[in-house]
Amino acid sequence: MKNFTGNLLFLDRSDINTDEIIPAKYLTENFKEALRPHLLEDLKIAGFESGRDVKDKQAIISRANFGCGSSREHAPWALEVNGINIVIAENFARIFRQNMFNCGMLAVELPAADINDIFLTFAPGPARLTLDFAADCLTLQGAGAEKKYAYSIAAFDKSLVEAGGWVDYADKKY
Amino acid sequence: MGKTTAQKIFEAHVVDRPFEDVQVLKLDRVFCHEITTPIAINDLIARGRDKVFDASKLKVVIDHVSPAKDSNTALQGKILRDWARRHNIKDFFDIGANGVCHAIFPEKGFVRPGFTVIMGDSHTCTHGAFGAFAAGVGTTDLEVGILKGVCAFRTPKTLRVIITGRLQPGVFAKDVILALIAKIGVNGATDKVIEFHGPVIDGFSMESRMTLCNMAVEAGGTSGICMPDMRTVDYLWPFISGEFSSKEAALAEYSRWEADPGALYDGTVELEVSQLEPVMTIGYKPDQIKTVREMKGTPVDQVYIGSCTNGRYEDLKEAAAIVKGKRINPSLRAVLAPATSAVFQKALDEGLIKTFLDAGFCVTNPTCGACLGMSNGVLAEGEVCASTSNRNFNGRMGKGGMVHLVSPATAAATAIAGHIENSPLFQG
Repeated sequence: MKNFTGNLLFLDRSDINTDEIIPAKYLTENFKEALRPHLLEDLKIAGFESGRDVKDKQAIISRANFGCGSSREHAPWALEVNGINIVIAENFARIFRQNMFNCGMLAVELPAADINDIFLTFAPGPARLTLDFAADCLTLQGAGAEKKYAYSIAAFDKSLVEAGGWVDYADKKY
Repeated sequence: MGKTTAQKIFEAHVVDRPFEDVQVLKLDRVFCHEITTPIAINDLIARGRDKVFDASKLKVVIDHVSPAKDSNTALQGKILRDWARRHNIKDFFDIGANGVCHAIFPEKGFVRPGFTVIMGDSHTCTHGAFGAFAAGVGTTDLEVGILKGVCAFRTPKTLRVIITGRLQPGVFAKDVILALIAKIGVNGATDKVIEFHGPVIDGFSMESRMTLCNMAVEAGGTSGICMPDMRTVDYLWPFISGEFSSKEAALAEYSRWEADPGALYDGTVELEVSQLEPVMTIGYKPDQIKTVREMKGTPVDQVYIGSCTNGRYEDLKEAAAIVKGKRINPSLRAVLAPATSAVFQKALDEGLIKTFLDAGFCVTNPTCGACLGMSNGVLAEGEVCASTSNRNFNGRMGKGGMVHLVSPATAAATAIAGHIENSPLFQG
């Protein structure tokens, strides 16, 4: 299984789309590593600078409809090559969410109230996330606070994370 | 209990239910293009699994950057081309015979009512216009689809959308779908199939139904679906005439995919369109719209007519009727990218290409190109484009560029006026 522990990047906006996560002009790259410097480079949020703020982060928290738009798996790959294997949001666009689990990464949905609470308590960081995968629970530490949040993911998605992705799972089974 | 079209298609294709709420479906079609497929191919090779489940069910095209613009895109084309040849995939469309995937594959008759279709492209939902379940997927799902011919989906929920009333002249499928997205929001149909019903849809051509279903994903929808009817049969007839004794027999067969009258929906949205005016997007999300009338006079640097949404012959014809005998305003430039080689050829034969050239349009080869800021009409920082495509995300057509999504008629009228303008077809 991948690593789901680390420093949290706060992206306080809904509808962050895949063009913002990795612009289409980089889809001509034939290797994932080439995406690394370009993660979130077109994202415009007041105070956010991708080059500075992505560095040394291992998790992202955002609002609703994260990953909408294109089907490009380059979006999770761009996160993965930057060492970010988990995104927490109120909800996700279907294809992005599936792409995350298909890569053995985690797209964790939390109720809007919990997301609000995390932003209020811990933003803008520094904040650290630890995850108890077996117990479906995440812990946040920062700003002198520590809080736990229970989440639920579908059994199928959980098994993909355990299997390390959909190709291995499907190749064995079908 | 009645069933939705998606429920019927799932029932007919399910091969496994590994968990509650997850169904693994057998695929009738796996479509491939050169942007999302090469990494899947390379991964299969790396795993020692360079196989395809059924070459006759794979349909392959080079469309996003056509012809190649640099070494990277040339390599993507080469990986796809070599793979198609290696596996004897007959339906591979290289430059010169190609087209934007969601325009060329329907044109070739590859989609039938009741089919399951995946592609590594979010606008795969377009093919639901034929009464199929067609979903965009990522490269991993595509890779498994290529190797195993299956894909996993959550059991579908369906949003029923009923379009009522009568469209005014100059108002088109593009205006209807933009109005719907504005009504339900950019995640109003997330994890749902949108089933389109009502007299307006019944009256739409297959091209207009494709425009409608194409943008289902802009509301988060998994697939758009229109009910198969005689118009579907008429469109497909050149490809299916050997399979059926008559069009009526084909319709009788395809009608089994129609949603049952008592089907259970996850929601119903009604949109009355008699008063609908031509609309356009104004921000960076497809649900932010205003009427063209309200936005009249907005400066534009480029007009773009093309894409999987509105680059088909019907779209070119609508635009050409407005452009004919006129010149584009010298304050802007205009690009026309017919969606397929066949569309280009027909537009040439019917004199449309001459109309556009005489008006001062730059006519390019078929490609996705400018729609996603890849090639053939990329915007500079601060520039504005009135485009018949489907996404107005910040920087979509070029970093720092702004996109207003419009119908082909509005795009053509805007090109002539030099700023956002309603087409003369609209008299409201």
